[in-house]
Amino acid sequence: MAAMSTLTTLPEAIRQQLDKPVPDYFAFFGLDERLALDADALQSVFYEQSRLLHPDRFARASATDRNDSIRASSLLNDGYRTLRDPLRRAEYVLSRHGFDIGEQRSNNVPPELLEEVFELNMALDELRDGDEDARPQLVEARERFLAMRTESDAALLVEFAAWDANRATDTLQRIRSILNRRRYIQNLVRDVEVALADPQ
Amino acid sequence: MDNLLQIEFEEPRDLVLGIDLGTTNSLVAHFDLTGPEIITGLDDTRIVPSVVAWKEDEGFVVGQEAREVLINTPEKAIYSVKRLMGRSAGDINEELKLFPFHLAGEQDNVLRLKLGDRVLTPPEISAQILLKLKHMAEEALGEEAKQAVITVPAYFNDAQRQATRDAGRLAGLEVLRLVNEPTAASLAYGLDKRNEGVIAVYDLGGGTFDISILRIHNGIFEVLATNGDTHLGGDDVDNMMLAIALEDIASEWGLPASELGAETQLTQRLRRAVIDAKEALSFAPEVSIQFEYQGKTYNRALARAQFEQMIAAFVEKTLGPCRQCMKDAGVTPSDIDEVVLVGGSTRIPLVRQAVERLFLAKPHTELNPDEVVALGAAVQAGILTGAVSDKLLLDVTPLSLGIETMGGVVAKLIHRNTTIPASAAEVFTTAVDGQRNVLIHVLQGEREMVRDCRSLARFDLKDIDPLPAGLAKIEVRFLIDANGILNVSARDQRTGKEQSVEVKPSYGLTDAQVEAMIEEAYEKAADDLRERQVREARVEADRILLALDKAKLNPAWNGLPDEEIAVIERKHNELLTAYHSDDHTLIRRKIDELNDVTMTLAENMMNTAVSGALKGTKI
Repeated sequence: MAAMSTLTTLPEAIRQQLDKPVPDYFAFFGLDERLALDADALQSVFYEQSRLLHPDRFARASATDRNDSIRASSLLNDGYRTLRDPLRRAEYVLSRHGFDIGEQRSNNVPPELLEEVFELNMALDELRDGDEDARPQLVEARERFLAMRTESDAALLVEFAAWDANRATDTLQRIRSILNRRRYIQNLVRDVEVALADPQ
Repeated sequence: MDNLLQIEFEEPRDLVLGIDLGTTNSLVAHFDLTGPEIITGLDDTRIVPSVVAWKEDEGFVVGQEAREVLINTPEKAIYSVKRLMGRSAGDINEELKLFPFHLAGEQDNVLRLKLGDRVLTPPEISAQILLKLKHMAEEALGEEAKQAVITVPAYFNDAQRQATRDAGRLAGLEVLRLVNEPTAASLAYGLDKRNEGVIAVYDLGGGTFDISILRIHNGIFEVLATNGDTHLGGDDVDNMMLAIALEDIASEWGLPASELGAETQLTQRLRRAVIDAKEALSFAPEVSIQFEYQGKTYNRALARAQFEQMIAAFVEKTLGPCRQCMKDAGVTPSDIDEVVLVGGSTRIPLVRQAVERLFLAKPHTELNPDEVVALGAAVQAGILTGAVSDKLLLDVTPLSLGIETMGGVVAKLIHRNTTIPASAAEVFTTAVDGQRNVLIHVLQGEREMVRDCRSLARFDLKDIDPLPAGLAKIEVRFLIDANGILNVSARDQRTGKEQSVEVKPSYGLTDAQVEAMIEEAYEKAADDLRERQVREARVEADRILLALDKAKLNPAWNGLPDEEIAVIERKHNELLTAYHSDDHTLIRRKIDELNDVTMTLAENMMNTAVSGALKGTKI
């Protein structure tokens, strides 16, 4: 009991983050900014920090400390959600380095996929019109896109490691274009899956 | 001046009640030195039926007594009020067909119910249940209770949570935390004894259904996903059985329809009879519904197989949310290590079989499913006071939160199953030159369009500096706290100044309304006052009696002259006699007298303690 009631204030490093317009999520995990992170290690730091910052630990503290703990743990949770997912983590790092990742997300077809996407759209239309012959072609396309997605993921890991070592802007640019391509592929996979699942 | 009341032999006990405010039944628990414990009332009851009645001569009665009123004069009692918490008239057409709620209309988007000649909101009625539990705990524990942890269905929305918190305030309880029922149950089960694992909690109560999937890791209970239906529960089974029995009776006895409405004595008594039959069917393969009314009898045999056929669709309805929940949690049945059953309806064998088949695991049933939620609330109370330091609950918000944008579309800001506290920020600006206000409409729900989501509140950003259109930049921070309740703050990005936000809840009481109700309650409660004063005086008496018992074990006691001991014993006995009178001033006077005659004793004890401490010895 005594051990808990002595803790009535937040660690200084965390308190500093509360006043920043854009919080540094890495600071909540005591980490330097990195793109390659170990998910299990991140999870155990998240649990440790939760024990420290959660409002349950401040139920009997002053109103100011109670409020600070709510804000701090909400940022910790937001940070964990962002950092544990490699794609969100990459977007977060891009945004910290001046890349506009919000509305600028490219919806243009990556040129190397143009032909493939054209055929895919035709097949999708056929299936939606009830032409079951299009189904095998779509199943095959889905497999191909899933393989491309796996390739993108592998390419990202390589670039993540590169940026952690070189901190070069052109590495971030490459990461952004892989992310765009990956998102585009992901949307295609989703469309195909919806069409395949839809009972005709 | 030192006296026995001032010397605390232990730290003042942090009494935080753990309350399960259920649709059908409510319970109160606390965390004592050995762990969570359900509080038994002086009349030996643990479970308080969530029924509130009004008696002309006694005022509000709650629990078993109110259930008797319900059976004889249904219009003077209200049950299942939890179904109405945080809801509006438009929401409850379905409930009105099945429940004898006496609607007095709707005012400021809050329902009003008639109870006798009184008009009350659902939080005020729930507050009566909470008051009963509070008094029960105070009598049993001999100390005042001012704070509580109250459980709510995991799938409760913001308005339903706010209404529950309002009920607490109206009952004179500071609600330190609202905890989700399934999560509370997992705390009670002590499943953290396994270091690592995934558990599913299936909670089918009287009026609500919840499913939560949690990961347990060294005492951390992290909810991965939750789902449910706030209008699915054992009540629905009762209504099904009741409808069949009423049909039978109408044709067998040739009764007019007026005798068969939800509010009639016949219906209420028949409801009791079918509930008894339902409960018996969990243990017997066949039961008979036996019912007598005004000299006529009705008798119908019901086999479990027939019953199961009747409720098959109902049970199936709970499995959809379970599947969605597993999907959201990113787990498959084989990942789930343990399943916990909560709520009285999980005693039904068919429910157990369905759960076992879905999750491929034999469910835990060691703890009483009626008590496990209140026990968990008490564990959470222990976490908040610091008595429990190795456990921590990380819960999620059950519904996505968004704001209305152009064309009636909802832009999601915080997605469902996000760990709480959670926050999101959004920058708003003005559309015309010199605009001073921006109205923000916040909604909860998973659908894309405003009309398909539930309006939560409108926030008016006021007194914006007059500027050309688009120049003002107001950052609004939406924060869902650990109770799952939304808080909104705003800041002018140019000046860094806090921006005032006026909240208009779409459903539910404003803070000012709750304050007014509390005041009104004090005025009306002149009669209650006397009773409360007696109770408080007794609580005070308990403290000094306990302190005296302890003082008698202190060396200073034996050091007192015999005549002084005799005086103390006499005053002690006088207080014990006064204790059982209804006169609070007499009890208070006797407390003061006992306090006066024990002054020397207290001083001696303090001196012994001080000299002991100076010598560095433990006394």
